[in-house]
Formats: sequence, C-alpha cells, structure tokens
Amino acid sequence: MLYREAGQFKTTYAADQQIFPIRQDRIGVVVLLVVAFLVIPVVANQYWFSAILVPTLIFALAALGLNILTGYAGQLSLGSAAFMAVGAFAAYNFVLRVPGMPLLLAFVLAGCCAALVGIVFGLPSLRIKGFYLAVATLAAQFFVVWALVKFPWFSNYSSSGVITAQKMEILGISFDTPLMKYLLVVSLVALLALAAKNMVRSSIGRAWMAVRDMDVAAEVIGIRILRTKLMAFAVSSFYCGVAGALYAYAYLGTVEPEAFTLDLSFRILFMVIIGGAASILGSFLGAAFITLLPILLSVLVHAMNELLQDLVHASLPASITSNMEFVVFGALIIFFLIVEPHGLARLWQIGKEKLRLWPFPH
Amino acid sequence: MSLSSSMNNERGVGEIILQLDSISLAFGGIKALSEISFDVREHEIRAIIGPNGAGKSSMLNVINGVYRPQQGTIAFHGQVRRDMNTHHAAAQGIARTFQNIALFKGMSVLDNIMSGRNLKMRATLVEQAIYWGRARREELENRRRVEEVIDFLEIQHIRKTPVGRLPYGLQKRVELARALAAEPTLLLLDEPMAGMNVEEKQDMCRFVLDVNEQYGTTIVLIEHDMGVVMDISDRVVVLDYGKKIGDGTPDEVRANQTVIDAYLGVAH
Repeated sequence: MLYREAGQFKTTYAADQQIFPIRQDRIGVVVLLVVAFLVIPVVANQYWFSAILVPTLIFALAALGLNILTGYAGQLSLGSAAFMAVGAFAAYNFVLRVPGMPLLLAFVLAGCCAALVGIVFGLPSLRIKGFYLAVATLAAQFFVVWALVKFPWFSNYSSSGVITAQKMEILGISFDTPLMKYLLVVSLVALLALAAKNMVRSSIGRAWMAVRDMDVAAEVIGIRILRTKLMAFAVSSFYCGVAGALYAYAYLGTVEPEAFTLDLSFRILFMVIIGGAASILGSFLGAAFITLLPILLSVLVHAMNELLQDLVHASLPASITSNMEFVVFGALIIFFLIVEPHGLARLWQIGKEKLRLWPFPH
Repeated sequence: MSLSSSMNNERGVGEIILQLDSISLAFGGIKALSEISFDVREHEIRAIIGPNGAGKSSMLNVINGVYRPQQGTIAFHGQVRRDMNTHHAAAQGIARTFQNIALFKGMSVLDNIMSGRNLKMRATLVEQAIYWGRARREELENRRRVEEVIDFLEIQHIRKTPVGRLPYGLQKRVELARALAAEPTLLLLDEPMAGMNVEEKQDMCRFVLDVNEQYGTTIVLIEHDMGVVMDISDRVVVLDYGKKIGDGTPDEVRANQTVIDAYLGVAH
C-alpha cells in the first residue's frame, strides 16, 4: 500500500485543517484505535495489561504533559513527578473525604490541583530560563515530596505512609481487573491526547511555540508572555496530575510519596527527549522506548543465558547480566540520540516522507 | 522602485495619528535617544534614517513599547501616554518586523502568520481543547484572512514549509506577512530590505507600496538603501547619535546641509 496524498484535494479550509489531512493517516489511526480498544482486550493476557500496557500508557500521558511544557512552550522542568504526586494524593483525598465523589471527577479535580501547584512553581519562569528554570522546578520536586511526608493529613495519618488506593468504581462498574484498568487508562489517555493535539493546533499552541521560539517577537504580536507560560505550566501539570492519579490507582494500587521521586521526573524527561520534543506521537514513542526496552533486554539476556547453559553448561553471574541490561540500554539511548537528536517522532516523520516518494529516489 | 514620491502623495495623507514628543531614552549612562519629537500622518510612508547606532531601532522599540523612555510622551490616535506597552500597542493596531528576522523557527509559515492574528481569537482553553464551536469557527475564519495575506505576498507555495528551511528573502516576506495578518493601522518595518539582492528589494518595495495603497496602512520604516528611502517615502526623519538632525520630504532632507555632513557625506 502506498503512502501518498496524490489525488486528495482539499477544497475547504476545514478539510485542510483536520488533524490528519492525509487519508492513509486517518485509516492508520482508526486501525490503531480498533486494535487498542477491541483487539488487545481480547488477545492480551494479565501480564501484558498490568506490567506493560498500563504503565506505558500512564508514562505516555505524563510525558505528553511534560512535552506540552518543554517541547511546545520551551520551559524545561524537572518537577513532573512532583505534579504526578500532587495528582495522586489529591485524588486519594477527594475520594476519601468527599462522600459520593465520582472517581472521574476526582481525577479531574486532582489534575486541577496539580495545575494550581504547577502555576505556583511556574511563576519563576517569567525571570529565568533554560537550565536555571529546571533547577527552580527541582524545588517543586523536593518541596512536594517533603510536604507529603511532613503533613500526615495528606496520607490520612497512615502509620506507614503507604496507603492503599481506594477501589475504582465508575457508575457502578468496578474497575478492578487488569482488563478493566487497561480500558480505563487507554480511554483517558486517548481523550487527553486528542485534547492535547487540539490545543497545540489552536491559538494557545501557537502562542506556546511562539514564546518558545522568539519571546520578544511573541510579545510584540500581543501574546502575554507570563500568562502563556503559566498556561503551559497549568496544562502540563494537569496532564501529569491525572497521570499520577492513574499511576497510583491503576498501576501501583498504593499512594505513596516514594513512588514519585526525582528519578521518575528524569525518566519522563528522557521519554520526551528520546521520543521527540514538540510531538504528541513522540511522547508515546518515548514512553514505549523507556518502559519496554528494559523488559525486552531482560528477556533477551535471559534467553541468552539459557542458551549458554545449554551449550557450555555455564551461565553468566547475575551481577553481570543485570548490569549488562543497563549498559545496553544506555548505549541504545546514546545511539538513538546520535542517529536522530530530534527523537523517534522525527525518524517516523522522515520515514513517512521517504514513503511518499518510494520507490523513486526523489 | 520607479514609483516616485509625487505619485505616493496622491493617496491622500491624512491627520497625524502618531505624535512623539521629546522622547529621551538612556541605557545606564548611554543616551540612545535625546529629546526626539516627530509625528506620523495617516496613510503616509515615514522613513527613519541615520548612521549605525543613531537610535533608529530604539525609536521603533519605543513606539511599540519594547523600550520605555525615561522622558517624553507618545500619542497614538490622540491617546497620550507616558509609554507604550507591547500588548497595548499590538491591541491598538501597531505591528512590526525586526531587523534580524524574528520568526518562530519551529513553526510552519502558515502557523507563523496565524500567530499574528492571536489577538483576534477569543476561544477559551477548554473550547480549544475540544476544538468545537467558537474555537473551530475562529480557526477557519482566521485561516481565511491569513490566506488573503498569503495571496497578497505571493507565498502560497511555501505555506506548509517550516520557516527555518526558507531562504533569507522569503523569511523576510513571511515576517511581513505575520505583521500584516494583524491588520495593523501602523506598520513598523525595521530594515525590511537589508541583505537582499536587487530583485528581492524590488519585490519588497512593491509589497510595501501595495500595503500602503491597498490597505491604507501607515508605515514607518528604517532603511539604509537611500535609493529606496528617497523613492518610496513621503517624509523622512534623520537621526544621528540619538538626536534628530533633519525632518521633511526626501527633497528637503537631501538638501539639508547637516544631514549631508552627518550621514550622506560631504562628497555627495
């Protein structure tokens, strides 16, 4: 099948401005959605749902949030995990303290709480840029985790600090099996991804990119810099907050500050860098790369070890195999960054541009 | 460039719309502008000339609020202010281009020009996220207006190209398009023809004159090419070391001895 837009003429601006102007892309997205909502629920097993698909999707959502802030609005942040933590704890407290609180509403309100915290920690962005802003957002990371431990009210005075997330129930339907959790996560992620795409193709998205690319020019055409930046912080933190709530409810099953360390913030930043800044697709590719590759490597190393066992009746010590995974993982990250510093999304785009001409060279 | 200034005058230059009164601007100890007063009339093409460092760009930055002068007042459309701020200036219909191209490099030509119309869009964040109702309507409506500007400046073929990939001359044109998309009443052009070859300069002159004639846009422009300045502008302000040393029609300025000494050189 050829990927080409020849013969697809646009006669209205509406047709030209749709999300996927090329017919083949539209077919591809429909196929993807059918697979995500109909095929995977039938064929995948429990391990795939809870160990692979759910975390990948949740990280993709967090990466999408950070991508809005860093990729589109150009504000570097190391506080994503903190905003996720705010979301997780806010959702827990809303469900706990407000009787009859619907779960979805709790998630939305959790996102709003994270957005407010994001706005507060985004205020320094008016004055500081780049690495210095990253250091300022680091303050969010340490402050939020500290505050959640310091004030036991947040964890409902639990002695261990680790609390079990409430059961997920929406409209009487219980979301406690891996399949149901997957369906909930994939629906929310799909909706929020669509909303993100809509924002970045509208005037707010253009304002974000304008501020990122040339702030003086943006100011001169009437864009309010601080408001635009804070809006990016708010939307980004909202996404991270919802991702954090899902992380606690649909993946971990517990709500604890230790789950949202600086390490997680860095992982999300790596997802954005490897996936591709300023790309919705890139957030998903980056999340898949960072979550799936270690699993894949560990499977490969295991298989190799067993092969060695069979052939020479000796196996590599565990210390070497586990470190080997890290070495290969690191090497692959470096390899991909050298091949395409703009991330996997750009590789995908280049591939599509090549396909348009194939089989001709130009 | 064959259009003479006498032809320009037939457009009917109107009332004063911008009045700058004894503007002084200093950066620490350095006086960038001292006591500068001049006015701009509606529909005219007003040039600011002067040697490097004379304060021309600072003057534009004062007009649209990037810099705040320590002294003086700015009256735009009769509204007298101590200083402008960028948002107010944009909302009042002042648009500009920059000496060094200030396009949004990561965006397509279309998005760059669309961003010039951001003040015309009112949809809230949630409406934009859903992309329905007002948000969608505004996108389509503004797209139509942007396409008119694209047609006007003859850049249809590069609409979807990322601006970073365009040659210099076209980038300058896209920047003009972004400014025009705002439908300004006053257009500030900071060296629109700098670094262009003759053909590109002729194109740009044509566009500047067309903008002025078809839309009646008032234009204040900084330019070093004296041929262009004398040809297309109605009146010229001459700055040197932050002071105004001449003001008048191209012919008057050309005959002004101070200007000749300071800028054009005595040999001329």
